Amino acid sequence: MSALTFTLKQRPDQRVDMSPLVCQKLVDLELAEIAAITLQNGKRKIRVDELFSIAGADAQNIVIKNSFGKLDFIGKELDGGRITVEGDAGAYLGLGMKSGEIEVSGDVGLYAACEMKKGKLIINGNAGDFLGAALPGNKMGMKGGTILVKGNVGERAGDHMRRGNILIEGNAGDYCGSRMTAGTIAVMGQTGRYLGFAMRRGTLLLWNQPQASARFNDCGAHTLAFLPILFASFKKLNSKFADNSAAFNRVQRYAGDMSEMGRGEVLVKIS
Amino acid sequence: MIINGVAIDATFAEAFPMKATRAIITAQNEKWAMISAQAMTGFATSVIACGCEAGIERVLDPSETPDGRPGVSVMIFAMGGKGLAKQLETRAGQCVLTSPTSALFAGIDGGTRIALGKNLRYFGDGFQVAKLIDGKRYWRIPVMDGEFLTEATTGQVDAIGGGNFLVLAQSQPQALAACEAAIEEMRKIPNVIMPFPGGVVRSGSKVGSKYAALGASTNDAFCPTLKGMTKTDLSPEIESVMEIVIDGLTKEDIDKAMRVGIQAVCDLGAANGIKRISAGNYGGKLGPFHFHLQEIMA
Repeated sequence: MSALTFTLKQRPDQRVDMSPLVCQKLVDLELAEIAAITLQNGKRKIRVDELFSIAGADAQNIVIKNSFGKLDFIGKELDGGRITVEGDAGAYLGLGMKSGEIEVSGDVGLYAACEMKKGKLIINGNAGDFLGAALPGNKMGMKGGTILVKGNVGERAGDHMRRGNILIEGNAGDYCGSRMTAGTIAVMGQTGRYLGFAMRRGTLLLWNQPQASARFNDCGAHTLAFLPILFASFKKLNSKFADNSAAFNRVQRYAGDMSEMGRGEVLVKIS
Repeated sequence: MIINGVAIDATFAEAFPMKATRAIITAQNEKWAMISAQAMTGFATSVIACGCEAGIERVLDPSETPDGRPGVSVMIFAMGGKGLAKQLETRAGQCVLTSPTSALFAGIDGGTRIALGKNLRYFGDGFQVAKLIDGKRYWRIPVMDGEFLTEATTGQVDAIGGGNFLVLAQSQPQALAACEAAIEEMRKIPNVIMPFPGGVVRSGSKVGSKYAALGASTNDAFCPTLKGMTKTDLSPEIESVMEIVIDGLTKEDIDKAMRVGIQAVCDLGAANGIKRISAGNYGGKLGPFHFHLQEIMA
């Protein structure tokens, strides 16, 4: 069975709420029924077939072609199956995702994978602010799963993060890991200002020395036994994180944020 | 049945259901993984007084261990799940947590989950760190040599304890040499342990005693010095009897271990003073699993 493919006919001026087009909601629907679903487009509703040409039948494997940065809520609360986005994605990609896999070939907007519970999200381009974070006012961000970003991420990545892995091959913006409760964020590139601001627990694993902060205390150089296991878990990914040359177990450990609970850690690779 | 001059008795070993678990200990090198494993499986020969039966299953190559370091696989057997969990936790806490450079991992993925390092984490006094990696929870406990890494739980499965056979020889050195040969072969079989010292027990027991307080006592029918004063099971030329006890995950595992062990003994044969192979058979009082020697060796 070929993938259920939505090809964008032309870019609408207003943003589109794509949340009805997730695998579990389409699984028993005929193409005509899918075509008749209405999507919120700015302040009006628009039929799916007005926006997309539809082909294929496998609702467990959805492809969105010609996607661009105004298609919001792609894969919202996805519960199994796979969504492939060819192009960019808008805000709230994979919001509250429960399981399954989403891959985006381009860039994604704000709040990608925010409050994600499980599953895998792969972003081949850059991600906006609040990647894997909590919605405004909520206290619990990403609770599980893995996010892989091959480009750079914006500010506040992993804000209020509770569990899971955020793997960033590029750079991270300011406040990376802010208010983290637990989980792991790994950054191969550079990190911005206020790294781990108010983090309570969790691990920020860095390839490059971050800016010095009075809120983190140096605990010295260590060889940590869990790191080879963590890197082994990345082997299945199509990523620089899977390379043997990326793995290390010798780190400088900084504990913080000391103005908060202080049980978090920044681990910086010692080359 | 006679193999290489050794008579195989038409009898069976009686074994009983147990609960078992496996843990993997790794360390900076094999020496320290083995030291930790030996400590963890010490004083665990028999459930009669040790609370569990434990042994080293095998040495693991770094490629087989979760953290890529040299390791040792240990198995622990107990009569019930609660007792097993208690033994595992105290032994892990006193013998592995304390052992330099060690780390501790689950050796069984399925089964009922029981605490491995789940409660040891409190030793970290609040400084412990949890990591959930590929669905498995690990605890990083700060200790004086660095960090003790342990998986939170391991699997508990149904198992069988008390598989056994007796080696009847013309002399004590010959009995021991035969048992050593058997153990060497049996240690190559996975999923089994031989929990007694060096895998061999010289004080096989029978059920009951003349003393009311004791549930087990010396197996007088197989004691060579009592040949003239008890209802002996020994012929005049037998001067020494030793037993090998096997605990295993399944009946097939114990079958296999008994077969290679008995074969190794028989390979030495009558020429090396080995006269008979028998088994601990208590008339069905002990357990539901019966390992018939002649069927195993057929």
